[in-house]
Amino acid sequence: MPSHDVMPNMELYQPVQVEDALEIANRYAERGWLVGGGQDTYGWLKDRAKSVDALIDLSAIEELRGIRPTSDGGVEIGALTTLTEIASSAELQSNFSLLTEAASVVASPQIRNIGTLGGNVSQDVRCWYYRRGLACYRAGGNLCYADTPEGMNREHALFEGSRCVAAGASDTASALVALDASMVIRNSGGESVVSAEDFFVGPANDIVNTTVLRPGDILTAVRIPNTWAGATFYWEKVADRNVWDFSLVNIAAAFRVEGGNIADSRIVAGAVQTTPRRLTNVESAVQGQPKNLQTGESVMEMATEGARTLAHNGFKVPLLQNLVKRAISA
Amino acid sequence: MNSKLTRRRFIKGVIFSGAAATSGAGLYLAQAQQGAGAAERLVNLNINGRTRPVDVLPSETLAYTLRYKLDLTGTKIGCNRGECGACTVLIDGVPNYSCSVLTHNVKDKAVISIEGVKAADGTLHAVQAAFVAENSPQCGFCTPGQVMSAVALLNNNPSPTREEVRAGLSGNLCRCGAYEHYINGVLRASGQLA
Repeated sequence: MPSHDVMPNMELYQPVQVEDALEIANRYAERGWLVGGGQDTYGWLKDRAKSVDALIDLSAIEELRGIRPTSDGGVEIGALTTLTEIASSAELQSNFSLLTEAASVVASPQIRNIGTLGGNVSQDVRCWYYRRGLACYRAGGNLCYADTPEGMNREHALFEGSRCVAAGASDTASALVALDASMVIRNSGGESVVSAEDFFVGPANDIVNTTVLRPGDILTAVRIPNTWAGATFYWEKVADRNVWDFSLVNIAAAFRVEGGNIADSRIVAGAVQTTPRRLTNVESAVQGQPKNLQTGESVMEMATEGARTLAHNGFKVPLLQNLVKRAISA
Repeated sequence: MNSKLTRRRFIKGVIFSGAAATSGAGLYLAQAQQGAGAAERLVNLNINGRTRPVDVLPSETLAYTLRYKLDLTGTKIGCNRGECGACTVLIDGVPNYSCSVLTHNVKDKAVISIEGVKAADGTLHAVQAAFVAENSPQCGFCTPGQVMSAVALLNNNPSPTREEVRAGLSGNLCRCGAYEHYINGVLRASGQLA
């Protein structure tokens, strides 16, 4: 595809207050584009695969930054907090190390230095056919290039494909769903709070968006309740390369262990469908069971019930099963 | 920051392209504020300790500004996609890919590019001297970025372990595969390799 040294010309707004950003975002609606760190954005624009009239740069809005304790013993993380800030936060490391571990393996150090939590969870899928600007289902067309006999779909979804089979790209998304986090969204109508599980949407419900965010909405913060503070966590990301790469499969799990048995758990897999996949059947099966290898082996196959493999992503089935086993036996 | 000052600033920057390829309210605003907006394109950039005025397009990347407007061609554009690290510069001391940062985002910040690493009298930085001593570069294209990442690493962690060096330089690709030589260079610069 053509390589462009220069970004296309467009207008740039740099508001310092959320109210002003909302006003501008409303005015431009779908012709405006919110930018945090921009690490997902600039590729789209440089490739001319998507175009907009105005960039609305949120990075000067100080109130969207920072990690604050909440009254219930949890934390609120401003959407513009960088992944480096999250990975190195002592407060998060002590209580919610699941999130710091996930944030510490996103992309590369330089990208984590500027990439934000809000951007990481809002980023678009990484299907290369879609990224190339082809008119696939997700881009408003009427076919999928990946789900074909000759399609390159090694990285694509096992579950919940609905015309589109792209897998979600965010590592922190799995961790946030496992921590029962919620997303704070502001628009001209005020503020609303959506659970992380409901924040992400799959192609069956909405084929052009990966989240509930619509033009005019700004994700301002992520709240993590104290529910899983200090719990037993397991995080693992499997990718072809240690740096830059997106997950082939990742697993984020939180366990409440009492007397060696699993009293409660959240087990969430990433990159196996467009949204983080909570493995509720596995969670139910391990409840009350000892947290050990035997339990892991007895439930691992449940993790892939209902999987529909494509031509090249069959390896994700044993990969997901083994990650579930490791999470439970670790 | 003083909250009154913040309010007065209202909007830090409104930078219009002048192309007016917009419709409806956007076009109206663009026309109404063209004069004021156009002035915003002239920004003062603090690069390598020197502040200079530069006319910057709204969606211009820092790598573009450095190379094509300030003639600081030591910063290389490899992939232009944040996937190689050749364009790494320090923004307020933090390594970033200059191809993936808008120049308008560094208006209030101090940028150090490879040209600003050596001392004022031309003495090479310890990292540069160590890279020479260890023959770290092969073709040299990724070297400016490797130097910037190494300088930032040593500023935060003056005597890193080999693993910490690996992690610190992990956002910089070297297609020659001279990684071990770069790591040796960083260890030498930190005084851990005689």
